[in-house]
Amino acid sequence: MANRKIVDGRGSFCPGPLMELIVVLKTCKVGDEIEVLSTDKGSANEIPEWCQKIGHAHIGTTEEGGVWHIIVRKSK
Amino acid sequence: MRVLIVGGGMGGTILANNLARRITNELKTGKARITMLSASDKHMYQPGLLYLAVGRMTPDELYRDQASLLEPGINFHVDPVEEFHLDKNSVKTKSGKTHEYDVMVIATGSRMFPEGVPGMVENSETFYTEETALKMFKRLQTFEGGKVVIAVGIPHKCPMAPLEITFMLQDYFKDRGLADKVQMHYTYPIGRVHSLENVAKWAAPEMDRLGIKYDTFFNIKEVDGAKKVLRSEEGVDINYDLLINIPAHKGMEVLEKNGLGQNGWVPTNRTKLNMEGRTNVFVCGDTTNIPISKAGSTAHFEADVLGENIAAMIKMGTTVREYDGKVFCFVEAGKDRATYAMFDYQNPPDPKAPTKAVHWFKMAYNKLYWISARGLL
Repeated sequence: MANRKIVDGRGSFCPGPLMELIVVLKTCKVGDEIEVLSTDKGSANEIPEWCQKIGHAHIGTTEEGGVWHIIVRKSK
Repeated sequence: MRVLIVGGGMGGTILANNLARRITNELKTGKARITMLSASDKHMYQPGLLYLAVGRMTPDELYRDQASLLEPGINFHVDPVEEFHLDKNSVKTKSGKTHEYDVMVIATGSRMFPEGVPGMVENSETFYTEETALKMFKRLQTFEGGKVVIAVGIPHKCPMAPLEITFMLQDYFKDRGLADKVQMHYTYPIGRVHSLENVAKWAAPEMDRLGIKYDTFFNIKEVDGAKKVLRSEEGVDINYDLLINIPAHKGMEVLEKNGLGQNGWVPTNRTKLNMEGRTNVFVCGDTTNIPISKAGSTAHFEADVLGENIAAMIKMGTTVREYDGKVFCFVEAGKDRATYAMFDYQNPPDPKAPTKAVHWFKMAYNKLYWISARGLL
């Protein structure tokens, strides 16, 4: 089972969940998974779009009580 | 109660003064004691570096003697902490002294980390220290035209700085009669020109209007100084004649060495501001790992909450307030116009169109800061 880190970006307008994810990815190993928590529904589109551009895997997104859980695997 | 404040920057200084005025009697009678340990006898107004880089402030305007800013009754020592012994409620300093505490606040700030990008330090200008800001201004004075690229590292200090330096440089070159010879090119790590959506909605059309190009989803990979190329992790190359770097930063090395937090960011409760797992250790300003702006105003508002709470702990044995994530950032939109962004954990900002009035208020605040530092504003 891959390590999974939580990036709690709830209520983070600046720098925001994607920026927090990028920072944490720098400290992860290839294969590690990161679960981003965000109260900004824009993250549900923005994070997968960035993953596709840069080559990380977007594993899935769920929403629960106004919090989006976006799971990403470091792929390179 | 012995209160130990580690760090004499904006957060630590505002907190020390705020707290000292709340517990004047307790300090006089010896029921409470405030000690501040800092690495420097000088206090720098860091936002002034932006102006130093474009020749609008001089170095002496950035500094005051730290001791002159502190309320009487605060024990101030230039003696940085080297060892944290949280289980013993004590720290050991560079001089070898041990300081015990009942409550400690860690407010050690952050350090620039441009060396994390290959080729960045030797091929770019930046303005996050006095030395680099002066060097950048001297480089600007000899620049006669070409492509100026803004390279934004993450995480970075002061989220408005990338926009501010871009707009200020646009005006700087215009004033020098180089508007037709300089092409500004802005880059940003996520899919819009600023992390705050409403700020991005204002800034992108402003860049279009001024003819400033921009690339989004641009995370810096490396700089090829020989070819004068900035490369992104996303596979985009941008040629430059002058490269301006907003450097990535880290928390202080001493915190990493003592195992207090990865990259020097201390895990912190976002509303109570205590270090996770500790009830008598609090964290203030850049030092926290809270996912909000690393900015002076963040440190200021956190310090206000901590001052009130620690005073209440001394007087009543309990805290009284929670930090709501409040941040207030001025945004310079050129040499003579500015706006601002105010937000918290629940409410996004709604910046208005820039005005000269807000710019002049910011210029006034550059002087009023010394009253803020004293915990009066």
